[in-house]
Amino acid sequence: MAGARGCEGRAGPGCAGGAVPPGAGRRPRMAAAASPSRELTQNPLQKTWEPYDNGLPAGHSAQRGVCMTNCPTLIVMVGLPARGKTYISKKLTRYLNWIGVPTKEFNVGQYRRDLVKKYKSFEFFLPDNEEGLKIRKQCALAALNDVRQYLSEENGHVAVFDATNTTRERRETIYKFGEENGYKTFFVESVCVDPEVIAANIVQVKLGSPDYVDCSNDEATEDFMKRIECYKNSYETLDETLDKDLSYIKIMDVGRSYLVNRVMDHIQSRIVYYLMNIHVTPRSIYLCRHGESELNLKGRIGGDPGLSVRGKEFAKSLAQFINEQNIKDLKVWTSQMKRTIQTAEALGVPYEQWKVLNEIDAGVCEEMTYEEIQENYPLEFALRDQDKYRYRYPKGESYEDLVQRLEPVIMELERQENVLVICHQAVMRCLLAYFLDKPAEQLPYLKCPLHTVLKLTPVAYGCKVESIFLNVEAVNTHRDKPENVDISRPPEEALVTVPAHQ
Amino acid sequence: MPMELTQSRIQKIWLPNDNRPALPRRSCGPQLANSPTVIVMVGLPARGKTYISKKLTRYLNWIGVPTKVFNVGEYRREAVKHYSSYDFFRPDNEEAMKVRRQCALAALRDVKQYLTEEAGQIAVFDATNTTRERRGMILNFAKENGFKEVKLSSPDYRDCNSTDAMEDFMKRINCYQASYQPLDPDDYDRELSLIKVIDVGRRFLVNRVQDHIQSRIVYYLMNIHVQPRTIYLCRHGESEFNLKGKIGGDSGLSNRGKKFALALNKFVEEQNLKDLKVWTSQLKRTIQTAEALQLPYEQWKALNEIDAGVCEEMTYEEIRDQHPEEFVLRDQDKYYYRYPSGESYQDLVQRLEPVIMELERQENVLVICHQAVMRCLLAYFLDKSADEMPYLKCPLHTVLKLTPVAYGCRVESISLNIEAVNTHRERPEVSAALPQPFPGVPFLSPMVTRQCRCPGWAWGDYCTVRCLEVPLELHRGSCSAKMWPIKGFPRENDSCMCLLPSVLAQMKVHPGIGLSWALTFAFAIICLPKEGMDYWMEKVASPKCPSWLAEPKLSGSSNISILCVFPGMPTAPRGYQSAVL
Repeated sequence: MAGARGCEGRAGPGCAGGAVPPGAGRRPRMAAAASPSRELTQNPLQKTWEPYDNGLPAGHSAQRGVCMTNCPTLIVMVGLPARGKTYISKKLTRYLNWIGVPTKEFNVGQYRRDLVKKYKSFEFFLPDNEEGLKIRKQCALAALNDVRQYLSEENGHVAVFDATNTTRERRETIYKFGEENGYKTFFVESVCVDPEVIAANIVQVKLGSPDYVDCSNDEATEDFMKRIECYKNSYETLDETLDKDLSYIKIMDVGRSYLVNRVMDHIQSRIVYYLMNIHVTPRSIYLCRHGESELNLKGRIGGDPGLSVRGKEFAKSLAQFINEQNIKDLKVWTSQMKRTIQTAEALGVPYEQWKVLNEIDAGVCEEMTYEEIQENYPLEFALRDQDKYRYRYPKGESYEDLVQRLEPVIMELERQENVLVICHQAVMRCLLAYFLDKPAEQLPYLKCPLHTVLKLTPVAYGCKVESIFLNVEAVNTHRDKPENVDISRPPEEALVTVPAHQ
Repeated sequence: MPMELTQSRIQKIWLPNDNRPALPRRSCGPQLANSPTVIVMVGLPARGKTYISKKLTRYLNWIGVPTKVFNVGEYRREAVKHYSSYDFFRPDNEEAMKVRRQCALAALRDVKQYLTEEAGQIAVFDATNTTRERRGMILNFAKENGFKEVKLSSPDYRDCNSTDAMEDFMKRINCYQASYQPLDPDDYDRELSLIKVIDVGRRFLVNRVQDHIQSRIVYYLMNIHVQPRTIYLCRHGESEFNLKGKIGGDSGLSNRGKKFALALNKFVEEQNLKDLKVWTSQLKRTIQTAEALQLPYEQWKALNEIDAGVCEEMTYEEIRDQHPEEFVLRDQDKYYYRYPSGESYQDLVQRLEPVIMELERQENVLVICHQAVMRCLLAYFLDKSADEMPYLKCPLHTVLKLTPVAYGCRVESISLNIEAVNTHRERPEVSAALPQPFPGVPFLSPMVTRQCRCPGWAWGDYCTVRCLEVPLELHRGSCSAKMWPIKGFPRENDSCMCLLPSVLAQMKVHPGIGLSWALTFAFAIICLPKEGMDYWMEKVASPKCPSWLAEPKLSGSSNISILCVFPGMPTAPRGYQSAVL
């Protein structure tokens, strides 16, 4: 999802996405230097106050300078093959995109595979294979070219350059490239000496690589080990003295220890924080919503109702389900709303309440049915359908706000092992979008039905999802995007996708 | 079926009816640490260990993790009243070694008491701890008590200049250097949780981060810096709702509010700041205020005013009439009180944590925010407790200028001389009167908002004083009533040491002396008892920097060493008091 979530381009007023000072409900918006005659007008979609000059939005021209103070960042992976570089690249890219920083990874291996269709053997990587060297250099250059295109022309904020980059000379080339283009460069090195970890990594991700479609696992492993050897002689690790002026993080033995040098700005410290919190221990995350609530039955949104009879039944089924799963050290998290706590109470295990897991705040529309919203706030209703991710309820929140609010939950989920999160529809959509790498446009329409548990298990570079319906009937609360999102649409066209309710 | 829930009235948290006691008390987020944690500082003297200890403790307390510093040096000073010279610290001084070991043990006993009996979650054990043997002793202690332990080794100042004035201190450092065994994460200390801070935060080595709180600490330490800078806090200009006495809402500025915005612009221009960043909330009144500045600004949703839920846009009278019970509850515990469908101050602190983190990263920043938000931010910088925070005075049309100094923050309050309504609601009478810390000293109402006159303020000016030596009982957690046994203060200016604002500013930037000196300087001031101070003054206050110190003629009381006097502060931080010179 290379797209620019939360950012209509660095020059635009929605530039919020990039400059990212931090956190929960907290992404600042930028405005330009003022001319004295400006009036404030509220943006109807995001409910933010924006200066207008003679009836025209001010700031488009002046804003660029402000946003550029956070210049694009080039993240350069460093490490021998099978050290988890691609794992880190992909995971980091997913995280940054989710928090609203447009990020894309550039895997040089992929360029090589595109150029040399058929991979023969490790000999390609021998340091004295001139043909191979030439091709690899060509690929790196092509990738860097695309990095420049992405950061300088496509409004990307972060590019992750995923290659071995094991020599100081190569890193210098890349650093200079960054300097010339006005990017900050941050190196991420993964050092690992534990043969078991390396072997596991090869089995997990390398054997399935397109390079090895035609050979047996043993052959592939052997070839890959030799490939690693090709790099070993020339490998120069990031050095405390020689590289003291570079910004970097060195990750030792999959997170046993870290060396962090010269963190330059907000985004780098965020990246470091994130990398220190992720781990690779196998585990599962279970996501579900509270049991059906009294307001669900009536088709009302928000509020703080208790569970319906069927909702209580679900809570019991959930207890049984959890028992059957027989999960080691399961943590249970709820929101601070009655319906999730009632659900967790049935489990008979300790749980923790998070205020940040509370459902999206629908502001003036709390406890209304969709029909009532259409009747009382037809304009709001249409605006929401036009851009559900960025739409903020009057005196309430948007999905975009919610993602910022949930960032600490994601960080803690990354730290933990087995967790069951009992939450709410909009919250679950945001969490799910993180794990499944869904873009902002799809996020508010992800299907998270009641009485269904999603079991997420991290595998290779992604996440496996199993959806388990616990066989307790519940109302449908999912409203699809209607065809007609025009503000002048007739009510029946606005309400056509509203699910049935009492 | 335990599914019947009752909502707690103050915090609005749903609790099961069966009175099970073990439910989480924290209203936001997970348990930060599963078992109590001991943070052990490691490093030679003058490496900023105490600076880090205090700052970290302030941050952790602010985010709601009960934390306390145990400074072994203070135990030592208590045990050995008379400090003669660095000889005390020589490794071959057997008598002294014994004393020092005893002090460490006493401090550890207090750590144990704090973590196991006083509901503390984190203890910061602030001593040099430079030998493996000593660290092994602490580790065993922690294991026996089931505490998690994390080592924190502090910055090495590579370009630490030694001056003549520092001689004794440098010798003392040398005493340690001989036996210093740095943490070695690659080999000997491989299994320990440790953080090594190298060159004032330029480089970090982090080994075996165990839990949430440890990774939070690392993140925090990576974000703080020691560059001199200034943070300006103010509220929006007076709003239409302020005039009507209504809380919350999203109203525009009143005429006087607009005037304030213009005055603020002038003020900011006069301050002539390099790269000033301006932050606002996403509410109209702060943005209108920022619009008057000729500067770019950033809007943060996290800076929005506390959400008063059902009480939004009401006057206090209306709340009292329509929600009488809520009105009373809020007065009972304003920090924890959550408005129905709204927020509490505690919620606000959680929401503002990223703002604090970013403020720590930045240099000069002006934050245009709101009353409750400003109180939370101020409480962080001035180390105010949760109890004091919701009553901090943050009047309209007044800018607070915060400058980090030594272990704390200096505050100047600058009223821009535009009339505004008062929006402060005093703590109701019910709470017991606080003990008067300075008996007999004229005591100012903190409503002081007159322009601070610095440098060189004179008799009759408002000031804030800080006693830099307090009786040890305070640090052992039991005594607070005997906190300020100061006699005759502050009538006699020369019975205390005045650090003039210009001097304090100098401490940060004095060429050739640099930060490490400033830190050392403050370290020494705070810690030395009277006799030691006499000695130290003689040695250290050399003619090279005479302007730094007023001559200290310490008064007869053995309890007091030094008072630090700061100019007008409307809201004195904990441990400080407003007074008149």
